[in-house]
Amino acid sequence: MAELSLQLAQPGPIPLQAEFACRSGELLALVGPSGSGKTTLLRAIAGLYQPAAGVIHCGEECWFDAQRKHSLRPQQRRVGIVFQDYALFPHLSARDNIAIPLRHLPKPTQAHRAEEWLARVKLEGLGGRFPHQLSGGQRQRVALARALAREPEVLLLDEPFSAVDQVTRRRLQRELALLRQQIAIPIVLVTHDLTEAAALADTMCVLHNGTTLQSGPPEALFRRPASSAVARLLDRHNLYRATLRHYQGRYCLEWGRFLLEVSAEVQAQLGGYRVGDKLEWYLPPSDIVLHRRERPSNGERENPVAAMVSEVVALGGMTSVALRVAHGDMLRFEVGTHAARRNQLAPGAMVKVSLLASGIHVMGPVANEVSTPPGVYET
Amino acid sequence: MVSLCRNDGLGSAIHILAPGRADLPYSAAFGHLGRAGTGLCAFQGAWFFEALVALPLVLPPTVLGFYLLTAFSRDAPFGAFWASVFGSGLNFTFTGILLASLVANLPFAIQPIQRAFESIPANLREAAWCSGLSPWQTLWQIELPLVWPGLLSAFALTFAHTLGEFGVVLMVGGSIDAETRTLAIAIYDRMQAFDEAAAAMMSAVLLSVSFITIGVVYGLAGRRRRVHG
Repeated sequence: MAELSLQLAQPGPIPLQAEFACRSGELLALVGPSGSGKTTLLRAIAGLYQPAAGVIHCGEECWFDAQRKHSLRPQQRRVGIVFQDYALFPHLSARDNIAIPLRHLPKPTQAHRAEEWLARVKLEGLGGRFPHQLSGGQRQRVALARALAREPEVLLLDEPFSAVDQVTRRRLQRELALLRQQIAIPIVLVTHDLTEAAALADTMCVLHNGTTLQSGPPEALFRRPASSAVARLLDRHNLYRATLRHYQGRYCLEWGRFLLEVSAEVQAQLGGYRVGDKLEWYLPPSDIVLHRRERPSNGERENPVAAMVSEVVALGGMTSVALRVAHGDMLRFEVGTHAARRNQLAPGAMVKVSLLASGIHVMGPVANEVSTPPGVYET
Repeated sequence: MVSLCRNDGLGSAIHILAPGRADLPYSAAFGHLGRAGTGLCAFQGAWFFEALVALPLVLPPTVLGFYLLTAFSRDAPFGAFWASVFGSGLNFTFTGILLASLVANLPFAIQPIQRAFESIPANLREAAWCSGLSPWQTLWQIELPLVWPGLLSAFALTFAHTLGEFGVVLMVGGSIDAETRTLAIAIYDRMQAFDEAAAAMMSAVLLSVSFITIGVVYGLAGRRRRVHG
């Protein structure tokens, strides 16, 4: 199985401290705010940019080794790349664009293969059209077909869905998910759309200022961010600080006037800290359970917290709720709009919620303030 | 009435046209060098070469002519080198005015070619490389087909401008019958001799050629706008 592995470092002009691997058939999403170095990494893989230090391997082959001053040219690397604006050759028809990487084949075979690729990306009959005669979605498909026609060892996608409307984007994402099943090569997707990354990627790699902060399955990253910086980059709220306490033979977190239970897994982790340490912790919104006014349940015994409703915003079927606890922290989560109505959630009302112990994720001691501003993502 | 025969007529006109034609390969070569120079102009001092190439745009033709006359002299290194290789000097010869016209009109060719190449988005070249095309294949298959209207415009404008070259040609070539007298100089001479009819005819020829040339350039530009939106 061919694997793409990358380890790059340089102090400037574009700072890099990046490391990740992508197995054959895997889709790795590089996420991070604008200017975090996502596209630079993609260009380095393609051979269009040479960092000061590091190595890039694809399978058994070394594509780049700064120490040995070894770097294969883009022509030698067999990468398929879809650029953000597709970079189709404007003077060539869709068919001829796709035929460009097939130039090593005899002419009739080139034409036949190009037609095959047109069919695979659902553009039969449009091969004679020029890029300016195609819609955004059709251009994206031509670019994808051109990238794949080369039979690449790695497929690189640089924000491939950013230039199309929402409906087309969903359709193209679905098509990419289907196409993945047919091509067993590493795929690296650059995106700033977290929803897109979560939907398409097997592995997500969070990048900030050229540094890879954390890699893993999207669900794991969303539930267990390695640091508050990662959590903020992933647009996570519910980041708090607490003091480590030992109570009745168990570790717990003192959060305002509440003593919070934690899972057995976190208990083991907390053994590595000292009682009294200030720790950062995170709670996924899905692990905040709103108590029903009229029907209490067993789950309500788990970390019950009383708070005042600060904000209620109905967004279609879901309602976003923000609660303020006595010591000032905010709890943010979503409930079905019907549940919000049934529980008469309105600003100023007092409610009770349970913070599920299994969801509490301790990230570590309070670090120095991280300069990552919240809300850096374009939505 | 002064005839437009051997000395001032078509024979000279062909000579006059020649400098324009001779510019073509040079324009392409220098334009490409210019592109390399500015496109990759990371090197220190690129401004110096760019300024040097563009200098004829602002330099009075007589000044340029004076320096070329000096450089073409057998006493100067370039003139001596030329004479040693080709056996004859450059001053007051057709070859001399050809070379002088080339230098004087270089910026008219280089700048549009440079602009044309710079207008190609960088990621088109990168897409070509990532599709397996070598830099030369990229030049032939992607870049040149995209810039050819720009190249054609550059050649046409340079050609038209060369036809009207006066100061530099007069300085370097003098006005020798059937050798270095260009149409523009001939018009001036005819007017000095009160031969308005010949001057009018030659002016009409220059006007027609210039209008056709500029018309072709604008026509191509309009066609390109329609095709590529």
